[in-house]
Amino acid sequence: MSLEKNPPVKLPNEPAITPQIVAEHGLSPDEYQRVLAIMGRTPTMVELGIFSAMWSEHCSYKSSKVWLKKLPTSAPWVIQGPGENAGVIDIGDGQAAIFKMESHNHPSYIEPYQGAATGVGGILRDVFTMGARPVANLNALRFGDPSHPKTRHLVSGVVAGIGGYGNCMGIPTVGGETNFHPAYNGNILVNAMTVGIAPTDRIFYAAAAGVGNPLVYVGSKTGRDGIHGATMSSTEFNEDSESKRPTVQVGDPFVEKLLLEACLELMATDAIVAIQDMGAAGLTSSSFEMAAKGGLGVVVELDKVPMRETGMNPYELMLSESQERMLIVLKPGREELARKIFEKWELDFAVIGHLTDTERMVLSWHGDIVGNIPIPPLVTEAPVYERPWTPTPLPAVLDAAKVPAPKDWNASLLALIGSPDLASKAWIWHQYDHLIMGNTAIRPQDGDAALVRVPGGHKGLAMTSDCTPRYVQAHPETGGRQAVAEAWRNITAVGAKPLAVTDNMNFGNPQKPEIMGQFAGAITGMAEACKVLDFPVVSGNVSLYNETEGRPILPTPTIGAVGVIEDIAKAVGSRLCKAGLGLVLVGETRGWLGQSIYLREACGREEGAPPPVDLAVERRNGDFVRDQILQGRVAACHDLSDGGLLVALAEMAIAGGTGLEIRLPASSVAPHAFLYGEDQARYVLASGSADEVLEAARAAGVPAVLLGYSGGDSLVVRDLLTLKLADIREAHEAWLPAYMNATE
Amino acid sequence: MKAAVLVFPGSNREGDVAQAIELVTGRRPQMVWHGDGDFEKTDLIVVPGGFSYGDYLRCGAMAAQSPVMAEVKRRAAKGVPVLAICNGFQIVTEAGLLPGTLMRNQNLKFVCADVHLKVESSQSLFTNRYQAGQVIRVPVAHAEGNYFADDDTLKRLEDRGQVAFRYCAPDGTVDGTGNPNGSVRNIAGVFNETKTVMGLMPHPENAIEPMFGGCDGKALFEGLVEALT
Repeated sequence: MSLEKNPPVKLPNEPAITPQIVAEHGLSPDEYQRVLAIMGRTPTMVELGIFSAMWSEHCSYKSSKVWLKKLPTSAPWVIQGPGENAGVIDIGDGQAAIFKMESHNHPSYIEPYQGAATGVGGILRDVFTMGARPVANLNALRFGDPSHPKTRHLVSGVVAGIGGYGNCMGIPTVGGETNFHPAYNGNILVNAMTVGIAPTDRIFYAAAAGVGNPLVYVGSKTGRDGIHGATMSSTEFNEDSESKRPTVQVGDPFVEKLLLEACLELMATDAIVAIQDMGAAGLTSSSFEMAAKGGLGVVVELDKVPMRETGMNPYELMLSESQERMLIVLKPGREELARKIFEKWELDFAVIGHLTDTERMVLSWHGDIVGNIPIPPLVTEAPVYERPWTPTPLPAVLDAAKVPAPKDWNASLLALIGSPDLASKAWIWHQYDHLIMGNTAIRPQDGDAALVRVPGGHKGLAMTSDCTPRYVQAHPETGGRQAVAEAWRNITAVGAKPLAVTDNMNFGNPQKPEIMGQFAGAITGMAEACKVLDFPVVSGNVSLYNETEGRPILPTPTIGAVGVIEDIAKAVGSRLCKAGLGLVLVGETRGWLGQSIYLREACGREEGAPPPVDLAVERRNGDFVRDQILQGRVAACHDLSDGGLLVALAEMAIAGGTGLEIRLPASSVAPHAFLYGEDQARYVLASGSADEVLEAARAAGVPAVLLGYSGGDSLVVRDLLTLKLADIREAHEAWLPAYMNATE
Repeated sequence: MKAAVLVFPGSNREGDVAQAIELVTGRRPQMVWHGDGDFEKTDLIVVPGGFSYGDYLRCGAMAAQSPVMAEVKRRAAKGVPVLAICNGFQIVTEAGLLPGTLMRNQNLKFVCADVHLKVESSQSLFTNRYQAGQVIRVPVAHAEGNYFADDDTLKRLEDRGQVAFRYCAPDGTVDGTGNPNGSVRNIAGVFNETKTVMGLMPHPENAIEPMFGGCDGKALFEGLVEALT
């Protein structure tokens, strides 16, 4: 196209670029100077919009990039690390697991149903774009104080949105976590994760190739929804944030289901060169990334984009975040084959441009050039910030002797297990189809990780999401280490080998040194844990500016993790289903009450240093537990986390409907610290051959002690506590439904 | 037994039921696209679960008007057995193959959970491997499974033994506690008059293997194989 050399024409009614317009696009004066330097002239509105989107925190990782480099990303089983739509690992037998977690926090706060639904839709697309059929969804949700006037409405909308999208898509939602804390009152977190399976030799990437190859648009038509979503997600909230509701996308899971089937059908042919979903910053980022990764240029004829409404202009088309759309580079001559597939599925299909060797993005509109941007400098000259940061000091260790023991032991357990963070989340996951596809072996609440059979064999994929934000807040480095360690432990506790991680970094405003310090600390701890545990990060997402009117959320680096078990029949859950099993506590108990749930719920205090994480011990204990499971000595296993030993035992008992009786081993640790302390690297194993487990532990140098046996219909701690399972279950299950059904 | 499984845009449990049939018969069923009004003759037609056409109109209302359903109605009239599960049940009631309708769940929420069902009759192609009165455990997963019919229709259904399954407690008691969606008289599944068409909300196809939800649904498919082979 000879027009390429011409400067773009101005569209009728196009405003002049003023400092105010630049500021509204989220670009700092310094960033705008860079734009001018790259362009050599004043950009047009659509060009400015493209810079704004591509250089937003959400798309450019400008504040986090320097830190993310510290995370280990490789291992012999890693096929694709960070930088693609999702991470890819080899799970053997010619199969790959493809997965990622992504946040949709700001949209979900503004419009909970659509925000959460499109969060699920977006992460599903990231995974099937790479050629995988999604086999499971998980989600990590953080809401504000239950007594905050908006919380109930947000829980209700987010859960309905996640269910509405995932259920219709026919992908089981098998796991996740839900916490409540006042720090999320004005800024909830919705982190969604998808895991898919693909043959290792049929994985699709985004890098465009082949000058002249057609650029094809498929899926839904483009509307005016979600314009500037990426920019909106990159700023703090204030009191008029709700006026940003029009920036929230609207999802259509039915269309996405069609898109999934159509894409997989096309992927079974040899027609595709590259494929990329249109997520944040829509057509802008997808076309840009494909061309940039391929070292090519691209011409986009915007008037050929399928449009939902009349009168749309190039600016809106480039920045719309309408959902359920994909961009594909086809091999030459394959347009008709592809068109037939998409027409069969009743989806839009349009050739909207082609690849060039100019390394420029050229946008045309009814024959006129309306945008013309050099691609490489937009990537190489993109702002990268080494933001100043101050480390969070390690708080003083809390002396357990200064934490009062419960006056009434029975009441203390009932209160803890019925508290918002520990109460059963069945009200939530019963609204998610967790059984579709017929491969769900461990359901929500039945194990520390969800377990899904890999279709066509005996392998199982274990998956989990975890983070303990109060630990990260107290000491980011320890908290980062702990989040990774606990995810690793969850996978281990079902008998699977932990393989890789996807991280979803949710933090406040990175321009504040103390927030940047939280980020730096968490990354440092995570990197160390990932290294020691051979647990590389293969994909992830960063969500900053999670603040409202200057109040930041708790730093929340959510860890999603995947592991594999060769023979799914050997896996175990955490349900105590049989009497007469020995209950073995693995790991050392020192009675760490700092930052514990007991301290917060029973004493109303959030203080002290979080429990330290010794990664070598973590690994030794976990490898031992996994080995015992695979040897068939373990009937049920539960890792110890929030609420410590007593809460874990209670969860095992009520989930399986079998009681238990234990006696505290001789120890210098006070009973309440022993039972409610949150020391790390610990598990409870229920075993029909406890002697053999103890013998093996002794040989492996792993601390292990027999606490008692399963049986009966009560939970008994000799001389301290006796509770009927029915009463514990009632306390565990009552809170959330009662809260959600209350009118105010 | 040769089986056909219909596939509408938005179907999503067609793979689950195909897998169940294959496991029991050793034979992959034929998958029939919604626009295909002329498919190979089979011993059984399955209308699977999902969100046909997005269920943006009343559930099943659009699918009931599709070319493939016109053919299913013709074959059902000639006695070809039809098994309609979940969205399939909604589709066949909309198509007039079974009486009654499926309304929004009483609590207005999607529900996915194991439920207990009391087998009301073993005198059918679909239930011959069960005992009348037997309690089985299978999952449900739906937002619109609240069965409703008027009193005259209900009386006729019950008089003629056309109720296939009722929701119940684990011990077989039929009362409100075991009812996940508010269905009238706890009805979970019904037959047509000739008992050649059965619709049910629960998913026997997701209760086929011990590690994956139990085996209580398997007998339904084994019974069909016995009756139709």
